[in-house]
This record gives sequence, C-alpha cells and structure tokens, in this order.
Amino acid sequence: MTQEVDNSRRRMLTTVTSGVGLVGVGAMAVPFVASMAPSARAKAAGAPVEVDISTLKEGRMLTVEWRGKPVWIIRRTQKMLDDLAQIRDRLADPDSTVLDQQPTYAHNEYRSIRPEILIVLGVCTHLGCAPTEKFATGAASGISDDWVGGFFCPCHGSAFDFAGRVFRNVPAPTNLVVPPHSFLSENRILVGVDQEETA
Amino acid sequence: MARLMEWVDERFPATKVWEEHVSKYYTPKNFNFWYYFGSLLMLVMVLQIVTGIVLTMHYKPDADLAFASVEYIMRDVPAGWFIRYLHSVGASMLFLAIYLHMFRAMLYGSYKGPRELIWILGMILYIAMMAEAFFGYLLPWGNMSYWGAQVIISLFGAIPVVGEGLAEWIRGDFVVSDATLNRFFAFHVILLPLLLALLVYLHIVALHKTGSNNPDGVEIKKQKDDKGVPLDGIPFHPYYTVKDIFGAAVFMAIFLAIVFFAPELSGWFLEKDNFEPANILQTPPDIVPLWYLTPYYSILRAVTFEWLPGGAKLWGVMAMGLAIVLFFFLPWLDRSKVKSIRYRGWMYKFMLGLFAVTFVVLGYLGTKNPGHIDLIWFKNVVWAQIGMVIYFAFFLLMPIYTRLDRTKPEPDRLTG
Amino acid sequence: MKNLIKIAVLSLLPVLAMASGGGNEGLDPVDINLADKSSLQRGAKTFVNYCLSCHSAAYMRYERMGTDLGINEQLLRENLMLATEKPGDTMTVTMSEDGAKKWFGVVPPDLSLTARSKGPDWIYTYLRSFYWDKSSPTGWNNTLFPNVAMPHVLYRLQGYREAEFEGTAGGLQHFAGYVEKTPGQMSNEEYDAAMRDLTNFMVYLAEPAKLVRYKIGVWVMIFMGVLILLTYATKKEYWRDVH
Repeated sequence: MTQEVDNSRRRMLTTVTSGVGLVGVGAMAVPFVASMAPSARAKAAGAPVEVDISTLKEGRMLTVEWRGKPVWIIRRTQKMLDDLAQIRDRLADPDSTVLDQQPTYAHNEYRSIRPEILIVLGVCTHLGCAPTEKFATGAASGISDDWVGGFFCPCHGSAFDFAGRVFRNVPAPTNLVVPPHSFLSENRILVGVDQEETA
Repeated sequence: MARLMEWVDERFPATKVWEEHVSKYYTPKNFNFWYYFGSLLMLVMVLQIVTGIVLTMHYKPDADLAFASVEYIMRDVPAGWFIRYLHSVGASMLFLAIYLHMFRAMLYGSYKGPRELIWILGMILYIAMMAEAFFGYLLPWGNMSYWGAQVIISLFGAIPVVGEGLAEWIRGDFVVSDATLNRFFAFHVILLPLLLALLVYLHIVALHKTGSNNPDGVEIKKQKDDKGVPLDGIPFHPYYTVKDIFGAAVFMAIFLAIVFFAPELSGWFLEKDNFEPANILQTPPDIVPLWYLTPYYSILRAVTFEWLPGGAKLWGVMAMGLAIVLFFFLPWLDRSKVKSIRYRGWMYKFMLGLFAVTFVVLGYLGTKNPGHIDLIWFKNVVWAQIGMVIYFAFFLLMPIYTRLDRTKPEPDRLTG
Repeated sequence: MKNLIKIAVLSLLPVLAMASGGGNEGLDPVDINLADKSSLQRGAKTFVNYCLSCHSAAYMRYERMGTDLGINEQLLRENLMLATEKPGDTMTVTMSEDGAKKWFGVVPPDLSLTARSKGPDWIYTYLRSFYWDKSSPTGWNNTLFPNVAMPHVLYRLQGYREAEFEGTAGGLQHFAGYVEKTPGQMSNEEYDAAMRDLTNFMVYLAEPAKLVRYKIGVWVMIFMGVLILLTYATKKEYWRDVH
C-alpha cells in the first residue's frame, strides 16, 4: 500500500523544525560568544582610578595608569591656556570636530571640564606610542623656534599641543583621546567615570 | 546554486562524497534505539572540543594557578559556569553513549566479519577516550585529580624492571607535579584530540566499506533490486538524518537537564573531594575514579593475592589490562553462526545479560571501599572477585557456549 | 514499547544516582534556600564579621556579592567591605600564612568551596558542635572535628558549654551530650537560625551561578520539549515512506 507524499506538509514541518532548531543553536552560541567578553577580573582591573591633584603644581604634569594606558594630568598655566588660541592655524582639528576623541563635557576650546586641568590619554593617535613631554618653548625645545610647548612622539614625529590637539602635516590623524573623568572634589579626580554619572 | 556546485565539483568531489556517503548511502531500514549512539557520540565529541576550546582560553595549566583558574571560569568569565558544566557533564555523557554503543554491537553481533576492523578501531577509540578522560581529570588540580593521577601512574611502576623509570618518564618528575600537569594538558588538548579525530574518520570509513549491520544481523547487500539498491535499505539522508536529529533533541534535553539542575549528580559527575585543591600531604579517604572507569578499577583492586609471583599489584594491573584487551578478541571468540541476539539461544542471552549486570555491579563496587559491606553477606572485595571471574568467563568461555548454543534460522529479509 | 521502557529506565539512572549520594550519617540536616535573600544577607554579615579575619573567600568579589544579594554599593562598603576600598576586589584575608602557621599550626583554609567539598549539613553541624575543653591549645574542641585548630569564634553568640563523655567497654570515649555553662547573646533557636543563614550564605559562596541555573534551566526544558515534539513529528512524516 503506497501513501501519497504530502510534500507541502513535509516542507512545512522541515521549515518550522529547522527554524526552531536554529533558534536553539543560536541560544547555545550566546554563552560561547559571551565567554570571550572581558571577565569580572578584567573589569576589576579596568576599574576607575582616583587621583589626588592637591600637590600638582602649576605647569607640571602627573601620570597615572588606567586600563593599562598612561593618563596625563596637567595643571596648565594661564600662558599655556592663552597660547591655545594663538596656534589654531597650525592644528589639524583645532575645534575637536572628531567627536569620538573626547566626551561632550570636554568638547570645548580647552578640551576639559576645568580650564586649568587637562586630562588626556598619553597614547599617540597614529600607532599607539607614548609621546614625550616637550614643555620647553622656542628653540630650546629642539623642535622649532615657534614651539609653544606640548608633546612630541618619537616614533614617527607627530606633535600635540597643551590641549592634546594634533598638529597639521604629522602622521597622527586625530587629537589625543580625553578619557571619561569627573571631579569628586576640588582636588580629587575619578578617571574612568563620566561627569554626569557621579552624584 | 547549481552552477556553483558544478564549479566546485570540477575541482573537489563534493557531490560525489555527499551521494556516496549520505544521500545514496543505503542503510538498513530497521535501526532501533541502540543505533542512535554513533551519531550522538559525534555530537558530544564536537561539544567537548568546542567547550574545550573556550575553557583553554581561560584555564592556566600551572600547579599554582590551575585550581584558581577553574573557579575564575566558574565565577568571573561570563557564562563560564555553563561551559564548564557542559564539558564535565559531557565527559560522562560521552562514556554513557560509548557503553550503549558497544552494547549494541554485542547485542547484534556487529563486530563479526566482515566488520572486525570497525570493532578494533572502535576499541582503540575507547581506550583513547579513557586516556583523554584520565589526562583531563588531572587538569582542575583538585585533591582527587592529584591523588587519582598519583595512583594510576604508580601502576606503571608495577611493571617489572622498567616500571619505575617508566612512571618517572610519564610524570616528568619523582611525584605528580607541575611538570606532569603541563604535559597532561598538552596530551588532553592536542595530542589525543587529533588522534581521536583520525580514529573517528577511520572508523566511519571502515563502516562505509562494509555497510551497517542491523538488529536482525542479516546482510542487506545480499538482496538487491535491479538497480543495485538493497531491498531493505533506505538512503541515510533524509531518513536517518531526520531520525538522528530527533535522537539528538532527546539526548540534549537529558544532557541539559543534568547541566542545569544537577551538574554534580551527587558526586557521580563531579567528585566532592575535587572541590579542595591538590594537597600532597592529605589523601582523600577514598580514592575513586569517575564512574566510567570504575569497572576496571574494581578488577584492579579485586586481585589481592600476594602469594602470586610479582605480587598482587602486578597481577591486578595485568587483570585490568586483560579485561580491556579481551574486548578486542570478541570477533574471534564468538563462534556463533548467527549475528543477532534475536536468533541466538538461551546460553548467549543469559551470558550477555549476566555480563551487563556484572559490569554495572563492578562499576558500583569500584566506587566503594573494598573492605566494607555495601551489598549483602560478603565484603565488597569478595563480590568484586566474583564479578571479575564472571567477567572473564563471559569472554574466555565464549568459544564454547556460542558453539553449543541452539540458534534459530536467520531470515533473508529484515523483520523490523 | 520496549524502547520506551529502555528510555524511561535510562533517564531514571540519574535519579538513582542522586539517591545513592548519601553519606550524611551523624550530620544535622539544614534547610538551604538560596531564594531567601535576607537569609543570605544575614549570613554574609556574619561571615564578614566572624570568618573573614582568618579565612579568605578568595574566589568571591565583593561587587558580585552585592549585586547577587541585592545590597547597594553604599551598604556594601559600610557593612561588608572591611578590608579593602575596591568593590571589584576578591575577599582575601590579611593574616599572613607564616603567622597563621605559628599561631594555629595550620593555615585556615579558604572557605569559598567548603559547601561543595564538605556539604551544607557538615558546615551547619560543625558550627554547632564546639565545646569548652581546657586541655586543648585554644581552649575549644569540636565533636564533629576532634582537635580542630580553630577556636569557637562564635562563642559570644552561642555561649559556653562543655561536653560529657562516657567510657565504653572497648575503652573508647563516647560522646554523651553537651552541658550548658554560660549562655551567649543568642538563645539556642536564634543561634541555630544564625548558623542556618551562615550556611545558606556559604552555599551561595561556593556556587553563585546556582542563583540563576535553575531559572534558566526551566526555560531550556520547555524549549527542548517543543523541539522534541517538532523533530519527532518531522521524523514520523518522512518515515511514512518506509515500509
């Protein structure tokens, strides 16, 4: 006794079962993919870092580590701040139009919350070397006679100013990254947490 | 799509292999419950490899770091606990499938000619799996891991003359140590998996040469139609692909139920003593391997006769080795003209049933202290000795009782 | 039918395995309920205040404990973080290993996994089995773990009591009962409840994933049920061809 092969029923069952099966396989895949995300240990190591700047003098810089990267904190002098507007024509992105490089609260002429305190990641935006301090101005810096101070990357010659903004005609394409940060008090900075998040 | 396949087929035998081994590969139409376990074994093996890869991303094969790295996986790695349990429960599910798969061969005579080589490759696979499990069990570096490895490696020391040197060479040290852990990691993660993959391939190649046996033990290739297709054969795809997917769903449901609701299974799948880090100064009260190795552990401990030349330890090791090796000889020990238990006489049915019960009881006794009484009347070690005798009798007397047995005539066509 | 029987028996094996996993003779059973968050919180507090000075729980992070137990960061810092500033840190202990060996003869073991290696009944019984024993180095002894190096840290809660022993024919001392000497801050029922909370917490400590495992499992089982029905129907449909 032969039976009619109900092809449409067969196709429907196969499609539905395959669909549900694929959902199951997808659900099984989720934990495997998730397991590669940063673990609790990695997150704890990447936790926010509190910095006390009460002993940071004017014109000086201190460096801390956050998420394995150097963070520069500079207490800028009034001269440093005035010079920022003077050198606009030497910079590639003087108005920080590339939004990814700084949080909204640092999207201003000083690239900071408080004008005198600059916080940037000391990582060159070209290929990731750590630029060196070049705070001496003029010919003494060894860069050029009209150098007003900033940072120079020894790897391929990129230069950044005292707001971390990148100069024209250098390999680095963008300004130095300003990390999320906030002020817990007059002299305590929390690197890694945005300004709105802290109470 | 058709044009793409043409392009591929000119350069690679894709369609040919697909047709020869899947869509036009003829399998007996009467496969039953016992025939699920081959494909299930492949499924679990893939799962072990995939979960194993994720575990190796986080595990540290160093005596000072290993135990903590497992807890790191259980707590700090997102979904790490799930991956770990899949792997530990998976190992037990693998052996459950292996034993049911082997039992199928014993029920239906699947090891008999011309399938002896499939059986031998399968037995090598079984031993390789036991080795893989043994190496893997040291990795968590729990107290049972450590002492279990210590005991089993010291068995090699029982071999006369070369034993001690051999044990030292395996360990890479005078006792089980970081050196041992690191090399067992290498064996578990790459050496044996490569070997297992090769063996599975060879096992299936051998199977496809002869074609599968079936519950009636009747060769379907003997009755073909005018196109050369076995009368009682059906193409593997779609019939057995669709059936095996159903089998996989049921199997995974049981597997996942254990993973989510009882991953330790009261100490059967994850031993309590292994939640303490390896302590070279403190042995667990009972050193016991995981359940799938316990039948052989039982036989090892059953040989207590010190009057034997060489000592009980040496003979225990040899008895244990013989217990595994005897399986290899089944195709030649079995003298029955009939393959399937359906057409055998009462002697084989009785012996096989007795063997299965004995295997389980030996396994149970392997988890218990030999000096206690956990069954009735006799101490465990005495029951283990009785079990060992029955175990060996099943194999060694087989040429006799399979020849004496009164069999029924086998049919020409499958009966279902 | 035969196949159904085989499947049914095989799926019962895990149940039989669970039944045989006993070995709890001589231990008092404790009711573990990880859904009882307030019990876990009380247990956490006891643990941090009494245990953490000598024993580490090196595999648990404060932050995780706070999230899992429903304790916000401020309460966490005030009540449970006595040894560190960072919630992401693990619950390690400040006592040095050399110091511990000198004072106790043995390093107090890490307690993260004790509930899995010894079991909750053991912990519950152990914590309630201390008695005053002048002849021991610490002045304390324990009927479940004779000559344990640990003193009765919770004595202020439980109070002092001594243990009575009877000699048997073989010359062995057989434990006959406790004799109350001085009451503690808690009554016997209160102390038992507090030890239940502490044990409950330690079960969580040993496997935090237990909080979510069962819940996810139920959904997975429902899905698998649907999948089994669908794959079975598909199989049956194709196999109508086969006679």
